Amino acid sequence: MSEEENLKALRNTRGNKDASITRTEGMSTAEPVRPGGHAFPAPGGPFLAGEGMTGGYGRGADILHDCTIAVEKGQIAVIVGPNGAGKSTAMKAIFGMLPLRKGRVQLDGEDITGLAPPDRVARGMAFVPQVNNVFTSMTVQENLEMGAFLRRDDFSGTMEQVFDLFPILREKRQQPAGELSGGQRQQVAVGRALMTEPKVLLLDEPTAGVSPIVMDELFDRIIEVARAGITILMVEQNARQALEIADIGYVLVQGANAHTGTGKELLSDPVVRRSFLGG
Amino acid sequence: MDILNALVVFLNFVFIPAATYGSQLALGALGVTFVYAILRFSNFAHGDTMAFGAMVTIYATWGLQALGVSLGPLPTALLALPVGIAVTAVFLLATDRVVFRFYREKRAAPIIVAIVSLGVMFVLNGIVRLFIGVDDVIFLDGLRQIITPADFKAWSGLDEGLGLKMSQAITLVVAIISVILLFWFLNRTRTGKSMRAYSDNEDLALLSGINPDRVVAVTWIIVAALTTTAGVLYGLDKTFKAYVYFQLLLPIFAAAIVGGLGSPLGAIVGGYIIAFSEVIVTYAWKKVVTYLVPESWAPDGLLQLVTTDYKFAVSFSILVIVLIFMPTGIFKGKSV
Repeated sequence: MSEEENLKALRNTRGNKDASITRTEGMSTAEPVRPGGHAFPAPGGPFLAGEGMTGGYGRGADILHDCTIAVEKGQIAVIVGPNGAGKSTAMKAIFGMLPLRKGRVQLDGEDITGLAPPDRVARGMAFVPQVNNVFTSMTVQENLEMGAFLRRDDFSGTMEQVFDLFPILREKRQQPAGELSGGQRQQVAVGRALMTEPKVLLLDEPTAGVSPIVMDELFDRIIEVARAGITILMVEQNARQALEIADIGYVLVQGANAHTGTGKELLSDPVVRRSFLGG
Repeated sequence: MDILNALVVFLNFVFIPAATYGSQLALGALGVTFVYAILRFSNFAHGDTMAFGAMVTIYATWGLQALGVSLGPLPTALLALPVGIAVTAVFLLATDRVVFRFYREKRAAPIIVAIVSLGVMFVLNGIVRLFIGVDDVIFLDGLRQIITPADFKAWSGLDEGLGLKMSQAITLVVAIISVILLFWFLNRTRTGKSMRAYSDNEDLALLSGINPDRVVAVTWIIVAALTTTAGVLYGLDKTFKAYVYFQLLLPIFAAAIVGGLGSPLGAIVGGYIIAFSEVIVTYAWKKVVTYLVPESWAPDGLLQLVTTDYKFAVSFSILVIVLIFMPTGIFKGKSV
């Protein structure tokens, strides 16, 4: 058998759904950059950048084609685009949840392309996935503690800051995160990511599946986080609203850069308006 | 009618043996549930890992005995237990490195890994038989009985005696300490919480900076401690026989599933449920009933539902019934 066939056979469950023998729930689906890689200095360039990124999942076809995303310190960058444009994939690639076939990722004057996700966390990156972004069986407080896993110092101050940002979490701190509403879960997810006191916060559709009121509230909180000096890179379905708060916006189409500009420029660009913002 | 004597017979032949056996099963089921929750497969090599750990502990016990070391009334095996745990931990980590890691890195379906563990089971099975053989090994030394039936009779003036073996007392005490330690570890320590996080959501654990390789290594070390302790306690209480541990796999899995796979509390409760069911169903109740009913009603038969030869049928039946009617177990584990 070829290696390809081998892999296929290893992953084939042949209709086995018996959870009394195995447990697939919560299993990793990502194939992140393997640990053991090193970062090296790469002075100049933007604060955070994925440059010329090309890659896809596993052995599948390329999803990203020479895609470049960059954001300067303290700014908000937003990635928008149609479904299946590779927005989330681009963000995962920047975080190392997906190894690049070509291109590089740069953070604060260092090339971090070879670093595994935990090493990127240690260098000040934090990522909030779109789905499954809280530990459902753990309490709100334990979720936040896990966010601060790499910190060896006293992080109770940071936890207080998170509770100040999302007061509802203080009330529910002893409740399992799986019992919270969608909007509250998103707050836990963002709070967990903030616990490392990151330099860069990556948000993958933070407002997916929450009510419009909660969405406005979340956007306000995100602006508040950005004002505190944290660089934000965000994928958003609600393109119009997201571009309004964006310093820089990227429109991706089929895994490649289609339009780039400040939020205002993109909002007023007739092509972008017609194709992506509904007129 | 003699309720006191009936109670003493019940305690001596049903309650104490079942509580002891239940503790051993509970420790075994905890290990199974642990591997299931964190490494996501049913580890069929669990019973033989118990045999391996017990074997190493026996060799260490013999070594200590040869050196003239003894714990007085307590069995020397308790002193040898840490050695057994350490060697088993190294062995399990090596197995993971050579066998399981390959499948984990390839993101193999857990069912494949479960079948792989079956292969590990056969290898372990062979190793243990090759080294220590298939015969009975008795390695209990020190004081045999804390309370002998004769002493109890003299003290209480009852017709029936109540005995408490040293191995039974040790099993209960060690099991309670192990369980408390484990729960403290899982709910209070940073590493323990990171293991729960990994069990809950592997990708999110990675995003939080939790190192998966470390979680897996710590899991195997804890499993080594649980299996070796369970194996040694079982060996002290009964005797060490290589193939018996393989047979223990069924009641252990039954215990873990009854309690709810993936739930540590469930594993403990399940262990006692299986043990008490087995003992109650296979015990000959004639004596107890004779004490309880008027003389003329005394039964002729043994009042034994099934002979002890069929004790595994009891856990098997419970397993089947639970899987049909309550597949997530008592404590709402993760099985569907």
